Amino acid sequence: MATRYEPEGLATTDDAADGIEPAPKRAGGGGAGSSGPRSPSGGRGSGAPRGDAGLGVRGWLRWTWRQLTSMRVALLLLLLLAVVALPGAFFPQRTSDPNAVQQYFLDHPDTADLLDSLHLFDVYASPWFSAVYLLLFVSLIGCILPRTWVHLKNLRAEPSRVPSRFTRFDVRGQARAVGTPEQVRRSLDAALGRRYRRRLASERGRTADGEARTALTISAERGFGRETGNLVFHLALVGLLVVTAWGQLVHYRGQVVVVQGDTFVNSPLDFDSFDTGSWYGADAQEPFRVRLDSFESEFTVDSQARDFVAGVTLTETDGATRTADVRVNHPLETNDTRIYLTGNGFAPRFTVTDGSGEVAFSGAVPFLPTADPNYTSNGVVMVPDANGGERQLGFNGVLLPTATADEEGNLIGSAYPQPLDPAVVLNVWVGDLGLDNGVPQNLYLLDTTNMEQVLTTAEDGTEGPVQVVLRPGESVDLPDGLGTITFEDLPRFAAFDVRYDPSIVWMGVFAGLAFAGLVASLFLPRRRIWVRLVAGADGDTVVSAAALARGDDPGLQRELDRVLAVLDSDQAATSKEDR
Amino acid sequence: MNSDLGDISTLLIYGAMASYVVAMIAFAVDVSALGVGAPKDRRRRAAGIGLSTMWLGAGLQFVGIVVRGLAAGRVPWANMYEFTLMFTFFVVAIFLGLQTRRDVRYLGVAVSMLAFLALMLAVSVLYVEADGVQPALRSYWLVIHVSVATLATGLSGLAAIISIAQLIKARSERASAGSATMAASGSTAEVTSGAAGGGTSSTATAVAETATESGATFGSRIVGSLPASANMERLAYRLNAVGFVAWTFTLVAGAIWAEHAWGRPWGWDPKETWTFVIWVIYAAYLHARVTTGWAAEKFAYFALVGFMAVLANFYIVNIFFSGKHSYAGV
Repeated sequence: MATRYEPEGLATTDDAADGIEPAPKRAGGGGAGSSGPRSPSGGRGSGAPRGDAGLGVRGWLRWTWRQLTSMRVALLLLLLLAVVALPGAFFPQRTSDPNAVQQYFLDHPDTADLLDSLHLFDVYASPWFSAVYLLLFVSLIGCILPRTWVHLKNLRAEPSRVPSRFTRFDVRGQARAVGTPEQVRRSLDAALGRRYRRRLASERGRTADGEARTALTISAERGFGRETGNLVFHLALVGLLVVTAWGQLVHYRGQVVVVQGDTFVNSPLDFDSFDTGSWYGADAQEPFRVRLDSFESEFTVDSQARDFVAGVTLTETDGATRTADVRVNHPLETNDTRIYLTGNGFAPRFTVTDGSGEVAFSGAVPFLPTADPNYTSNGVVMVPDANGGERQLGFNGVLLPTATADEEGNLIGSAYPQPLDPAVVLNVWVGDLGLDNGVPQNLYLLDTTNMEQVLTTAEDGTEGPVQVVLRPGESVDLPDGLGTITFEDLPRFAAFDVRYDPSIVWMGVFAGLAFAGLVASLFLPRRRIWVRLVAGADGDTVVSAAALARGDDPGLQRELDRVLAVLDSDQAATSKEDR
Repeated sequence: MNSDLGDISTLLIYGAMASYVVAMIAFAVDVSALGVGAPKDRRRRAAGIGLSTMWLGAGLQFVGIVVRGLAAGRVPWANMYEFTLMFTFFVVAIFLGLQTRRDVRYLGVAVSMLAFLALMLAVSVLYVEADGVQPALRSYWLVIHVSVATLATGLSGLAAIISIAQLIKARSERASAGSATMAASGSTAEVTSGAAGGGTSSTATAVAETATESGATFGSRIVGSLPASANMERLAYRLNAVGFVAWTFTLVAGAIWAEHAWGRPWGWDPKETWTFVIWVIYAAYLHARVTTGWAAEKFAYFALVGFMAVLANFYIVNIFFSGKHSYAGV
């Protein structure tokens, strides 16, 4: 059967293919060309279905399907996808920056709710975004599957017959060669090379003066990889979408802050935050443990970060332990989980005794770095057990890794991110921390609703809040016999993300396939060469040839010349056309 | 790190900028000679000077980039300044490479101007001292992901220039086709040209007519010397096709790097979103082009919108949007 071959949308080649091999043009169906079943006008059904009463539901469905799989609608959806993706770049997104969303609600309280109801803070999970990409993928599948089918058939089909007239083609060649048509055909056949699939045939025709004669023909074609690549690219995109969705269902991700010397277990209980897909099963979670042995950071003189290294000991499920360094860009891999270093800071260790002299609190408290490159960090110390829980103590304040003071000796900031001269400045609160009422609490924020700030009277008689300034090893008595607080030492903390997502590998596979397919579909030439050989009057052979490519192919004439160059021709190609 | 080398690199970039200015003037002289009616087949000395200074500028810029890398002790494409050095170099280098195979001197003014303006912006606003990079950038993916992104930007930029030339040429082609029809078929001219050129053709026809009557104008002679718009469209398409592959690679490599660095391949960070949008625009361009029944000018508009998105992604997103790519900022 004739191989369907539709040119790539260039009007110049359109008429060339026309009439040689009638390509069946089923709207929404056949056609192996890149334009394929997607006809530009939306196929046969570009208007509303005719026969108003007769079509019924099936007719409308068919019409809708044709519309959806038409190239015009696909293009529209593609552009629409670009448009609906953009708002996510302008509005903060919950998935990537939840704090910015909260801030937006505080800054623009009058519009935030409206924007939220339009899903502008979760653009990529919104119904309208999903609708566009799902429709696009349905359209893509509706187009690609029939084309894949046609292409598979074409792969098995023989090259098409030689067209009767070569004049229609822009790229032609003609020569006279020494030897019989069979000999010439053999040498041309060899010159074509391995890349071409070919069909050798003979045909009966008549010369201009009505004499019967036989012509030998070669019909050769190459470049099926172009369409294969095209299909692989599109199918790989579908694969990418499917594995991404699967990954969303089975993944889990936990975030944890670990102070130097501490250990965390890969279990939901140990994480500060934990989210999973709906197919997540807790038994699938590898029960490894990670201990943070050391944390080192490196900065330039002007406080620019250069390296962060978290030295950890990993105890795996079978009890085997190994040490490893976790760096930015170098996650730690267990069997199926990856552990990423996402943050770091200082966790000053405090001991607090209450009024009765009992140790009410002892431990390291992570202080979260602010935007300051010199690691000015905010933190909270909560002492719920102070004074038997009656008068609980709370401290909030800042940590300055390299404290700098103004002329009066007040600490004003940090001069360097490393702890060259660390100090904490704390406010003291007393009252009810609000930890016992069951409402989850932010551990980095002191809820002072039911607390009272401890004040002191300065030398000039004004009353002001007590500010406790401590350097490592220092201890301070709190006023009013509340107790003491000691700044023991300054370990560091590291923040880790633990992520399990088995779809990542498959994403890589499909992305690689898509890329390879794209390259093939854009750069592999799809070419056909036809040759007709007729015995000449003086025992030589008249060779006429034509070539056709899909899309732009500046090398086509060169290719035809290359093939014809093997002929020992002493006559240059002429424009005279031999039937 | 090594500030002496860094200064040498900056000087070399200034040299390249000066070369591009000279090239731009030379190319402009060449083009204006066409405008005042110089024969097309004359010896184009000014264009020759333009090309030589372009080569000089590209050479200086190349050395400047290499020295910058030596000064910083890493690959020289880790911030906006260096990104600009890279992509302008690619625009110029691809232009010069094309010129060795076919005559694209008509692009000279625009290419040298784009290179000069982008470099001007880079040295005056985006400049940072050559230095090391923060931990997030310490990855071999910096070498792969960003270099291909600069190449893609260069390809899209040159293709956009060609698309603009194509659009200008197509306008005058429509006009002259209209006037030719008018001359040939007399009273039916209005109908035929209306069908051939769409809504604007009647005005275009009128313009072309005046042009033929009063002899060619300065502008029309220059436009007349441009290659056929269909040829320019094909050239732009080829560059955009390679550019699209490069964007795809940038996207995939970026996702792999993001997976290593941030623990997720895709997070709709503003930069990621914009890159995705660019990719979709160019994908739409390629699809529109393989679909029959569209005028060539429409593809050109797609490609131009795509390049505008590329510029927005670089200049606007890096500076005004905060996201995980912020370290790539000024």
